[in-house]
Amino acid sequence: MRPFGDNPVALTVAKMAAVVVLMFSFVFVVMVPLYNVLCDALGINGKTSGVAYEAATIQVDESREITIQFIATNSDGMPWEFRPSQTMMKVNPGAVNDTVFLARNPLERDMVAQAIPSVSPARAAEYFHKTECFCFNNQPLDGLQSTEMPLQFIVDQDLPRDIRTITLSYTMFDITEMASDAIASR
Amino acid sequence: MGDHHHGPAKGLSRWLFATNHKDIGTMYLWFSFAMFLVGGAFAMIIRAELFQPGMQLIRPEFFNQMTTMHGLIMVFGAIMPAFVGLANWMIPMMIGAPDMALPRMNNWSFWILPPAFLLLLATMFMPGGGPAFGWTFYAPLSTTYAPPSVTFFIFGVHILGLSSIMGSINIVATVMNLRAPGMTYMKMPLFVWTWFITAYLLIAVMPVLAGAVTMMLMDIHFGTSFFSAAGGGDPVLFQHVFWFFGHPEVYIIILPAFGVVSQIIPAFARKPLFGYDSMVYATASIAFLSFIVWAHHMYTVGMPIAGELFFMYATMLIAVPTGVKVFNWITTMWRGAMTFETPMLFCIGFVVLFTIGGFTGLMLSIAPSDFQYHDSYFVVAHFHYVMVAGAVFSMTAAVYYWLPKWCGKMYNETMGKTHFWISFIGFNVTFFPQHFVGLAGMPRRIPDYALQFADFNMISSIGAFIYGASQLLFLYNVIATIVGGKPVSDEKVWEGAEGLEWTVPTPAPFHTFSTPPQVR
Repeated sequence: MRPFGDNPVALTVAKMAAVVVLMFSFVFVVMVPLYNVLCDALGINGKTSGVAYEAATIQVDESREITIQFIATNSDGMPWEFRPSQTMMKVNPGAVNDTVFLARNPLERDMVAQAIPSVSPARAAEYFHKTECFCFNNQPLDGLQSTEMPLQFIVDQDLPRDIRTITLSYTMFDITEMASDAIASR
Repeated sequence: MGDHHHGPAKGLSRWLFATNHKDIGTMYLWFSFAMFLVGGAFAMIIRAELFQPGMQLIRPEFFNQMTTMHGLIMVFGAIMPAFVGLANWMIPMMIGAPDMALPRMNNWSFWILPPAFLLLLATMFMPGGGPAFGWTFYAPLSTTYAPPSVTFFIFGVHILGLSSIMGSINIVATVMNLRAPGMTYMKMPLFVWTWFITAYLLIAVMPVLAGAVTMMLMDIHFGTSFFSAAGGGDPVLFQHVFWFFGHPEVYIIILPAFGVVSQIIPAFARKPLFGYDSMVYATASIAFLSFIVWAHHMYTVGMPIAGELFFMYATMLIAVPTGVKVFNWITTMWRGAMTFETPMLFCIGFVVLFTIGGFTGLMLSIAPSDFQYHDSYFVVAHFHYVMVAGAVFSMTAAVYYWLPKWCGKMYNETMGKTHFWISFIGFNVTFFPQHFVGLAGMPRRIPDYALQFADFNMISSIGAFIYGASQLLFLYNVIATIVGGKPVSDEKVWEGAEGLEWTVPTPAPFHTFSTPPQVR
């Protein structure tokens, strides 16, 4: 056996244990934030920006029309009636467009909901700018009440020419419990 | 440690308080074989249900538990502990060390495994049943829609992860510090090399798996939203984290298998391994590449084109070092004085079938084609060619090869060869037709299927029953050998075998290399 005076085994174990701790922290400290930053920055995964778009000087591109389709879905167990006021719009890139989504809480209790947007094709997400959206905030709605939720958006004039239709889908989640725990921050 | 000579303790305490690498190795091997039979029984239930279209024997909810538990048990309970057991037995004997570097931790890393799997199996008797979300446990299936027992599943994964990490640290510490004088790194047997690299992979990615299940736990119980879109998280994140663990994991399973085959083929070809250095570098390259290809499991989640291309090319790149290995094995056999004892048969079966699995892997790596193959039976066929004909065949070869050294008795060669041929035929009858049904569009993880897949599924099921039954023959052969096999006393059991493990007496005494050998 080797002399264990300076204990090389303990040194190896200490190094390896450090790697284990490092990799475990890596998941939480690097992977999760990095994933969110990348998705936001690159507009990938169909994620649109969670904050209002600051309109720069934009010229309206009259030469083409883009079809925007709206989809409203309830997540599992969400009882709200939730639908777009119009299912389809034809818009010019660069123009400011307005529409509303309709929601009704059929229950007798007050609820809070959060809509999560997704754009398809995912490639179009970074060209779809929302200047105002009900998805930026959570939506409280008293029991048996209805509401109109506004959406204002601009399709970027740099949108690739092969994209003629963009589908904007919202999924409505019941976050009443989370909101009461003051966890929801968006 | 080994400086005063004594035999093993008597009775149960020998095993409960075992610190001897051979005893712990033996326990790992038996435990993994028990798990192999449990996971195999689940596979038999799956194949029995799929014998005919329509719902025959079990409910769909139970079917989902079977596919999930089959995968979890086979990956974490059978294959991984089997190779850890082999590492425990062989690494000290191959590098001329008296024992593993950390014998007490070794005891612990084994003994926390059985409770982890008892916990996992117990979930099947809990309200709502056991895990039914696939062995990949994608969120939100494993969070929002999971049965209540998922918490026990998470705890089980934590424990077995801990066991793997401790086992790996032990292997790294042993290989780095306990090599005999003169045993330089580039003289280490290839099995030691592949395990050395595998241990690093385990140390790097098991914490990531632990992180993933911890995030699930927090989402389920502590109100976080890592994987829940409602709270600003993203289910796709789960897939990235899981496969960042999961892809290195498949190499964790297959690299020790490469090591085993690299030991056995030279012994029966009676030639030194061709291209030893390139084997070492190929193993290291595969290990490195395994960290940058994870998203090829998730081409269909909606990645940008640049991402698909990167992961596609990086994945194809792995074929290069893998090809180096396959060609080296073939070249080792080339013009060798080959004999075809059972271990060699399993190794040749490994080379042929693993290569088929590698080629279907290349097909799957092509992003545009993968949209067709994704989640189909083609994928099932692919990974069973690398997991079963790869890992399990090589493990079987290893048992036949070293069993005479372990217990000093020779197994029944005729029964061994019979086991090989039944396994080989049964395996191919099971999984080859799954390529066809997969390409024709049969999805995986379903209890029922369209009528046009009926014939191939019936063939598949018959093959599975044959393959399953052949493992009982294996069990019988091993027990018969230990109880009443023909004694061997030759130190070198096999004429062409090389390495330090063949310089100790047969059967290997309780303590070996108490004084280190000199390696020239």
